[in-house]
Amino acid sequence: MATASAVTDFRAFLDSHLDRELLRFTTAGSVDDGKSTLIGRLLHDTKSVYEDQLASVAKSRVNRAGSGRVDLSLLTDGLRAEREQGITIDVAYRYFATAKRKFIIADTPGHEQYTRNMATGASTADVAIVLVDGSKGILPQSRRHSFIASLLGIPHVVAAVNKMDLVGYDEAKFRAIEADFRTLAKRLGLRSVQIIPVSALEGDNVVTASANMPWYTGPTLLDYLETVPLREHVADQPLRFPVQLVVRPDRTFRGFAGQVASGIVRAGQHVVALPSGRRTQVKRIVTWDGDLKAAGPGESVTLELADEIDLSRGEMLISPDAHSNSVPTVSTAFGAKVVWMHEEPLEVGKTYLLKQTSRVVRAEVKRISYRVDVNSLEHLDATELKMNDIAEVEFETNLPLFFDAYRENRVTGAAILIDPLSNATVGALMIDRAVSTATRSDLPALLAAAHIDLAERLREMLAAAGHRAVVLHGFSPEEVPVAVRALQLAGVLAIVAGAVEGATVLNASDDAGLIAALAEMGVTV
Amino acid sequence: MSTLLPTDATSSVAELLTPRKMDHLRALEAESIFILREAVAEFARPVMLYSIGKDSSVMLRLAQKAFYPGKIPFPLLHIDTSYKFPEMISFRDNYAKEIGADLIVHRNEKAIADGANPHDLGTQNCCGLLKTRALLDGLEAGGFDAAFGGARRDEEKSRAKERVYSFRDGNGQWDPKNQRPELWQIYNSRLRKGESIRVFPLSNWTELDIWLYLYTEQIPIVPLYFAREREAVIRAGQITLTYPETRLLPGEKIETVMCRMRSLGCMPCTGAIRSEADTLEKIIAELISFRRSERENRAIDHDEEGSMETKKREGYF
Ligand SMILES: Nc1nc2c(ncn2[C@@H]2O[C@H](COP(=O)(O)OP(=O)(O)OP(=O)(O)O)[C@@H](O)[C@H]2O)c(=O)[nH]1
Ligand SMILES: [Mg+2]
Repeated sequence: MATASAVTDFRAFLDSHLDRELLRFTTAGSVDDGKSTLIGRLLHDTKSVYEDQLASVAKSRVNRAGSGRVDLSLLTDGLRAEREQGITIDVAYRYFATAKRKFIIADTPGHEQYTRNMATGASTADVAIVLVDGSKGILPQSRRHSFIASLLGIPHVVAAVNKMDLVGYDEAKFRAIEADFRTLAKRLGLRSVQIIPVSALEGDNVVTASANMPWYTGPTLLDYLETVPLREHVADQPLRFPVQLVVRPDRTFRGFAGQVASGIVRAGQHVVALPSGRRTQVKRIVTWDGDLKAAGPGESVTLELADEIDLSRGEMLISPDAHSNSVPTVSTAFGAKVVWMHEEPLEVGKTYLLKQTSRVVRAEVKRISYRVDVNSLEHLDATELKMNDIAEVEFETNLPLFFDAYRENRVTGAAILIDPLSNATVGALMIDRAVSTATRSDLPALLAAAHIDLAERLREMLAAAGHRAVVLHGFSPEEVPVAVRALQLAGVLAIVAGAVEGATVLNASDDAGLIAALAEMGVTV
Repeated sequence: MSTLLPTDATSSVAELLTPRKMDHLRALEAESIFILREAVAEFARPVMLYSIGKDSSVMLRLAQKAFYPGKIPFPLLHIDTSYKFPEMISFRDNYAKEIGADLIVHRNEKAIADGANPHDLGTQNCCGLLKTRALLDGLEAGGFDAAFGGARRDEEKSRAKERVYSFRDGNGQWDPKNQRPELWQIYNSRLRKGESIRVFPLSNWTELDIWLYLYTEQIPIVPLYFAREREAVIRAGQITLTYPETRLLPGEKIETVMCRMRSLGCMPCTGAIRSEADTLEKIIAELISFRRSERENRAIDHDEEGSMETKKREGYF
């Protein structure tokens, strides 16, 4: 058996390993700027490459690094076609850890043809490393990728001005590119920007500070990655819990499985289900490891609710706090930034499948508001979108979506488009806002009935006439407006039993009386 | 607004208000559970490829967690080449029974009867018949449209390129140059008849993550992973364990070696490593010191450069 000290050592070692946070970063930039070489350098200099892997790269027939050096880009360019063509085609995921953090790297292709693969790698990143070739400056593709990084809401962007060895480690060259990048970053509205001069080939300022550039006193790339603050604010956001799956092992248990998209869910708290508007309480937060008192963003849990309410996959639980932003937008019409990713163009009038959280709906393209010129950032007119185009597009869906603006919530504001015939993933959507639909019936949003039986009868009559309506149960007076707003946006009419602000109380002894009372309000059933 | 707090006198307010810290293992676990649930919700007939190795053990535990308190809502499929270590088969049968899983075993009986073996056929052809062919047949026999696999992107450079949802055409083949974009955690599960998707919930786990998780979760694994003295021959520089039925090559002598397996495959093609690590603690400590990759002892990966990519294109996991 191990000695006592060996056991404590192991514990300490284990704790330090378990305690580390996860940071996801992506590379971006123009073809041949040195992205893959930089990642290879980072892995190599942090001793994250196994000897046999390095040896197999060293003996590869392909080598673009020259003069007896190992071509470190081959550590990530793992497809045969990539090695043959000397370019990255699809994103490669690599992993390494230091004493401070654990990292997931997405090394993406610079070639314009593979922009969709860049977007794939960048969509989940906390940090984007935009490479700029120091001997060439900022190229159109560097702009495009910086733009996509800003659209994808990547919180931090670091520009790595690479190949400084080719320009004699010249400070003036670096400062000029630095100024250009700052201008670009400002126009794109990037909030956290760092600019570092590096040589991926020689290793300057990647892991070790460069002796060739004493004029640079900032962090190395690794220092930066180890210390850049990770976003934690998602916990302060309102609760969004998209339901993935209903877990029903037997008649005694019905739970709603899902991953907390934002905010915190607590045992005992009140929640509202969308789109039904039904309100209930979280009875238990169930996990295999035991019940939790609270679960935060990113946690996969199963919620057991206090009441038997109608709720299934594609629907959502939110908290009914009276804050203005506590309710997501519920709408069938919205505008979104679109990155088009398919050879077949996006066309106005065409209907696609749209998947957002666990919800799949049909979405018709109503209008292309404008297309963005990635160089000038100008808005241009467009009638269709070609592969790699970026545009603002308005959609209308057959069922309402519950969403937040993407810049506020990277989970509930994101969606993909799928071609219903080929099943290809054709577009990435970052939702901006709801737009008003042309026609909506003029029903009041809220009806009050004198008592609960009447409320139920009212609902039946409305349903028979083709209106969607629900009876609100158990809401406190201050919560009613929030629920009503959510329902209204979903095109669902709310009915309460009893007096409530802003609604005339309907009272009638029979159906004829009800019909007459409704008619007076302009509602025909 | 009133957020009703449970009136449990023993729990502090801080505890009620603060969720658990998301260290990297928790983050990986939550992501994997999300993926498992997503696939179960969207595919008609998913199955889990159960290879009996350490990654499968982790994947199985994650599946137990994902659907708790329900049972795992899909069967396990083991592709048995007939060359698996006896310890693997007994572990498989006992463990599946213990956790109440529905286990399907599929073999390419014809090739096995014809005596397919890596010495005569070469590892590529042998794998093609006993693994890839058997896998494709097994999937078709069950009518499965999605198959969970325990592959990790850090295992091999072509795997590093693969999506979480890896699309396969009607012949079960992978086209690495034409993968569907996969943004955020929004997975596209749409298929036409005959097409299928391999789903990799452990994509973002590293070998160390797997061992740390096995340790913190106390998950049972095949005893071959732990070092002890075993009978073996040294074949082409590789420690090959021997069993009563092992065919010795001319000149080979059985010796006793203190060793363990780092990765589990077929007996003739998977080498052991010299090691004294007989506990999970020691294995983890040893892993940190390793300078060579885990698949180095798997013959199939090294036939030629890019051989894993070739196998994957053909339908291998
Ligand atoms: N002199 C010099 N050459 C470099 C440096 N970094 C990369 N290169 C070379 O630039 C070429 C392209 O490098 P890659 O790493 O493949 O470029 P990439 O950005 O990954 O290219 P794509 O992924 O295809 O967009 C190779 O020949 C590298 O050896 C550097 O710092 N200095
Ligand atoms: Mg590259």
